[in-house]
Amino acid sequence: MHVDTGHNFEETIEFRDRYVRDLDARLVVASVQESIHKGRVVEEKGPNASRNALQTVTLLDAIEEHGFDAAIGGARRDEEKARAKERFFSHRDDFGQWDPKNQRPELWNLFNGRMNPGEHFRVFPLSNWTEMDVWMYIQREKIVLPEIYFSHEREVIRRAGTLLALTDFITVQEGEAVERLRVRFRTIGDATCTGAVESEAWTLEEVIAEVAAGAADGTWNPGG
Amino acid sequence: MNQAAVTSNLDSEMELLRFTTAGSVDDGKSTLIGRLMYDTKTIFEDQLEAVERVSRNRGDGHVDLALLTDGLRAEREQGITIDVAYRYFATPKRKFIIADTPGHIQYTRNMVTGASTANLAIILVDARKGVVEQTCRHSFIASLLRIQHVVVCVNKMDLVEWSQEVFDRIVKDYKDFASRLDIPQMTFIPISALLGDNVVEKSTNMPWYQGSTLLYNLESVYIGSDANHVDARFPVQWVIRPHSQEWHDFRGYSGRVAGGVFKPGDEVVALPSGFEAKIKTVQTADGQVEEAFHPMSVTITLDRELISAVAICLVKARNQPHVSQEVDCMLCWFSEKKPLTQGAKYIVRHTTREVKAVVRELQYKVDVNTLHKEEGVSELKLNEIGRVHLRVSAPLFYDSYRRNRITGSLILVDPFTNETVAAGMIR
Ligand SMILES: Nc1nc2c(ncn2[C@@H]2O[C@H](COP(=O)(O)OP(=O)(O)O)[C@@H](O)[C@H]2O)c(=O)[nH]1
Repeated sequence: MHVDTGHNFEETIEFRDRYVRDLDARLVVASVQESIHKGRVVEEKGPNASRNALQTVTLLDAIEEHGFDAAIGGARRDEEKARAKERFFSHRDDFGQWDPKNQRPELWNLFNGRMNPGEHFRVFPLSNWTEMDVWMYIQREKIVLPEIYFSHEREVIRRAGTLLALTDFITVQEGEAVERLRVRFRTIGDATCTGAVESEAWTLEEVIAEVAAGAADGTWNPGG
Repeated sequence: MNQAAVTSNLDSEMELLRFTTAGSVDDGKSTLIGRLMYDTKTIFEDQLEAVERVSRNRGDGHVDLALLTDGLRAEREQGITIDVAYRYFATPKRKFIIADTPGHIQYTRNMVTGASTANLAIILVDARKGVVEQTCRHSFIASLLRIQHVVVCVNKMDLVEWSQEVFDRIVKDYKDFASRLDIPQMTFIPISALLGDNVVEKSTNMPWYQGSTLLYNLESVYIGSDANHVDARFPVQWVIRPHSQEWHDFRGYSGRVAGGVFKPGDEVVALPSGFEAKIKTVQTADGQVEEAFHPMSVTITLDRELISAVAICLVKARNQPHVSQEVDCMLCWFSEKKPLTQGAKYIVRHTTREVKAVVRELQYKVDVNTLHKEEGVSELKLNEIGRVHLRVSAPLFYDSYRRNRITGSLILVDPFTNETVAAGMIR
């Protein structure tokens, strides 16, 4: 399933569709735009409007509609401080809520996947991986990636300390200058809030060297 | 991070060491973790500047490395979360995952959780205080969870004039009481987490210490034998049975090897039926392999079809696990809502299976500070550890936890709340 905010990088969608075709798999798209049409959520306003927060509702609606027991995600503990205690199996009650104070302890490899009807799990198999582990794995398994994970030229603006790609979904504010820089993305999500980093890494090896140097940007936080 | 060194190692699979850190409050745990990250250059300049700035503002004469791990401290002070936090760092030799268990009230529970996946435990002792009750508790948990390597760091050596006498006495005290425990390998290192002596850099203040630094120990301790490669155990997780015409007769038994080695041609026994067969192939996502051992996940095919595929575990005829509905185990109780009581019913999760269980007997509980056994108790409360006899609804195929951490461990789940209420180590 893909929770589609409608604010995508073209490359992501192209890649997604090609991948689904190659696998001959069935893709469920849960659309934030549809949630807006149905009145389930209201579009944010203003220059920093993003559909990032809205997508939770879309996700929960889709989980309920399809009766999914688990939604598997790629979140890692090393991404941010708040995730240092995240579980592999993260239990959500029938309102989709997470109770960080009442998480199930995880011992050995024995995961407690028991739940009541209406509840579900978010499962994060990569919890224990670092950004470097991910890149090493991509290299070892020769995993194909969308081009935008590598250095490319792109028009960006600087906003609140991040480099935002100039897309149809972003309005340039007064005082903001559009620059043409060589950047790559470390993660790809909603185009209105996915920051790029300046980078000259054109190949997998170069990206790995950048990650190893921790130089990709100043905010990488080793497990802190 | 030392880029040249790290990248030169990128082609090979780097070994991973998981360790826990334990100590009483203010023994210097945060400082030590900060020091390890700082001296291995896992901390980048911006973080470091921030920490230096705060230290300066406070008028500290030195950089307070404990600030680097401060996220947890803040939580602890607000009483928000008392839990296990995982931190990551790497050197050119190894990758490390630290299971950091702050907090006090749920300390036993957290430490048991962190220890369940650890290869090594660092136990901090304040040189001025020596071996205290907490040291005893931490060591007991390390021993109960069968952590193979314990490194006792005698910290704050700078505050005892780098005295060998102080260090030797603490080593002796520790060994005296640890003789009652079961810790395969113990190492003692005199350190100053604050000043960095013997953490990453060798101390010049303690020429009498001939051993290696803490980091060197972490990088070189042998962890290859932590898994059991003797007793063949393959708890089946999933039976692959395609419905297509082409694969009509295919039966694949998938799972993760929990012990020993499995090769094509091996005679195996399927539990619980006792049915014997020969291994035809061992396969992974990348095709057939010559052999499988822990921690490989594989699919095994046999030369004939098993009559019943329920609840199977593949083993070897002359080396079988216990097959029983009676389970004698040490339990650490995790629930703050309800204690364990005799006659109570739970769900047991063991390897790939779930069965029902009833508590037949609570034999005794252990005072984790003194190792004293208290008999005639009626319940186990949060953080308490006791010896419990369970009867389960269908036979489990198990080994003692001493012999195999995977086939010897279980968790208890409350059937009503679905909460994980206990961790068990089978005797
Ligand atoms: N003199 C000295 N002080 C230390 C040493 N290690 C830690 N400390 C200090 O002891 C106090 C407690 O340290 P901290 O790391 O916060 O302890 P924690 O509660 O175990 O995490 C702090 O003031 C540290 O600066 C050491 O090796 N020598």
